[in-house]
Amino acid sequence: VADELERPDAGDEHGAPHVPSSSLWPFLFALGVALSLLGLIIWWPIAAIGAGIAVCFGFLWAVDASRDVRGRPAEPPPEREADVEEEDEGAARYPRNVFLEGATLGLGAVIGGIIMIPALGFMVLPAFVNQDYDPVDVGPLENFPEGQWMITKFKSVKNEPADVSRRTAFIRNNGQTDGQPSFTIISNRCVHLGCPVQPQGLTDEEPKTFETESGPIELFNTEPNGFGCPCHGGAYDTEGNRTAGPPPRALDRYEYSIVNGNVVLGTPYAVAEVEGSGADAVMKAYPIADPSIHVDGLEKYFYPYVPS
Amino acid sequence: MPKTKGKGRVEHAVMVPLDWLEERSGIVGAIRYFLFRKVPAETNWFHTLGSATLTAFIVQLVTGVILAMYYKPDPESAYDSIQRITNDLTLGWLVRGMHRWGASVFIILLFLHMGRVFLFGAYKYPRELNWLIGVFILLLAMAEGFTGYLLPWDQTSYWATVVGININASAPILGPFIADFLRGGNEIGVDTLSRFYSLHMLVIPGALIGLITLHLYLVIRLGVTPPPWTKQAGGYEPSTNGGPSRRGLVEPRPRGNGDGERKRERVS
Repeated sequence: VADELERPDAGDEHGAPHVPSSSLWPFLFALGVALSLLGLIIWWPIAAIGAGIAVCFGFLWAVDASRDVRGRPAEPPPEREADVEEEDEGAARYPRNVFLEGATLGLGAVIGGIIMIPALGFMVLPAFVNQDYDPVDVGPLENFPEGQWMITKFKSVKNEPADVSRRTAFIRNNGQTDGQPSFTIISNRCVHLGCPVQPQGLTDEEPKTFETESGPIELFNTEPNGFGCPCHGGAYDTEGNRTAGPPPRALDRYEYSIVNGNVVLGTPYAVAEVEGSGADAVMKAYPIADPSIHVDGLEKYFYPYVPS
Repeated sequence: MPKTKGKGRVEHAVMVPLDWLEERSGIVGAIRYFLFRKVPAETNWFHTLGSATLTAFIVQLVTGVILAMYYKPDPESAYDSIQRITNDLTLGWLVRGMHRWGASVFIILLFLHMGRVFLFGAYKYPRELNWLIGVFILLLAMAEGFTGYLLPWDQTSYWATVVGININASAPILGPFIADFLRGGNEIGVDTLSRFYSLHMLVIPGALIGLITLHLYLVIRLGVTPPPWTKQAGGYEPSTNGGPSRRGLVEPRPRGNGDGERKRERVS
């Protein structure tokens, strides 16, 4: 054994390792795959062209790579394969034999599918369907004096334990515009990686607490000159615009409505940038997205579809 | 004489049941093949890192199974059950400590083992597949670390998981879907903890056991790599344990030849 080991050129044809030869097809195949992925984001015809290229060069690659397996070109490949098979097994293959083999494999696949598809669906789908946000009643208008920031703590889902459903928003009453009350309602979820941002400024220690239909509410007076994140140093101004650090967009905001004199938070939405301030703030609302996701600029093409 | 006779009787008493087992299962031969296979002459302590990693994994399995008897994966009681394990239950502090520190030991040993394999060139032909399996073992081990970190359900673990999931979300195209899948929704909710618990103690360990089995199978089949400074390292026989030489499914090309056309002529 040792002798064989040290022979530098050991091994007959069967012993030699199977090393693929260099070929251009894999690269063109990869190019096709990349194009089709790019096309999925940008424009579907590009995806179709990419898929075509991938199929075309994938086929050429497969033909090239399997040339040795299929035998020498002088002999027609399929016949040769059949010959080898018969020689190996020493007996003819009967159609029933082939049918039973196929039936066993096919039935196995069907039974496996019947079991696995509902199970996997149950694992994955609940995370993506019925993901609407409950409206949250945060109490009467009078609790939000004009021009005053209130840290507002509430439960986002009434029947869940407070541990997992407690949320915080920064709410400021901007006064009346056109006879309608105007609010700035900013989520405290940092849009870098989701830590809770804190108001930078004096904050009351004692909250005002009360109950609404949506559960317990806590209100703290605060006078922030901006918001800061303790985790990685993201900083925002009082409109939620990023002023420093890693966040990719401005802080999320909540839709709101006034129902029977109470402020009701609706669905949150993502904001790239806010122009102006207070009641005059102008911004484009994007569907709510996870922190770290760009909603505008070139980077938004990295996230063609965001579940929400 | 009586001494030898007694010895023979003891040997007989051991060998008869083993023989019974061997005749019906072949297990004794298999174990002997596994334990007494040949290894290169110049192995050293670095070759034990793989076994050390396996030992660390087994420690995690055993301690984890026992912790699962006391831990409650529910937002209302998870933190309290951890406090109870640590402070109230006899030896709970020890077993939890073994699991907690053992997790770091497991990851550190994985990296040391990987470094040994890399520096010894043990990932080369014919062991490339085992390197690939090892990469998946490493990834799953990291996933174990990530999912296990949430389970104490304290402020550190909660916010670390928030950040970790959102890092996943930042991956292009699939990121937001991975994040929603991990959370079980678009926000961390009541299902997130039990989901992580299931992944941590059922899904990922199951996959890890399967992959480690494959990993070991290939180690036994292909043998231990001789260190690169030894004479043996120059050869390229796949096996150092006198195992079967390669009987391929296809006739391979001659080695080290890029040109398909010319090579085919030479073969024929």
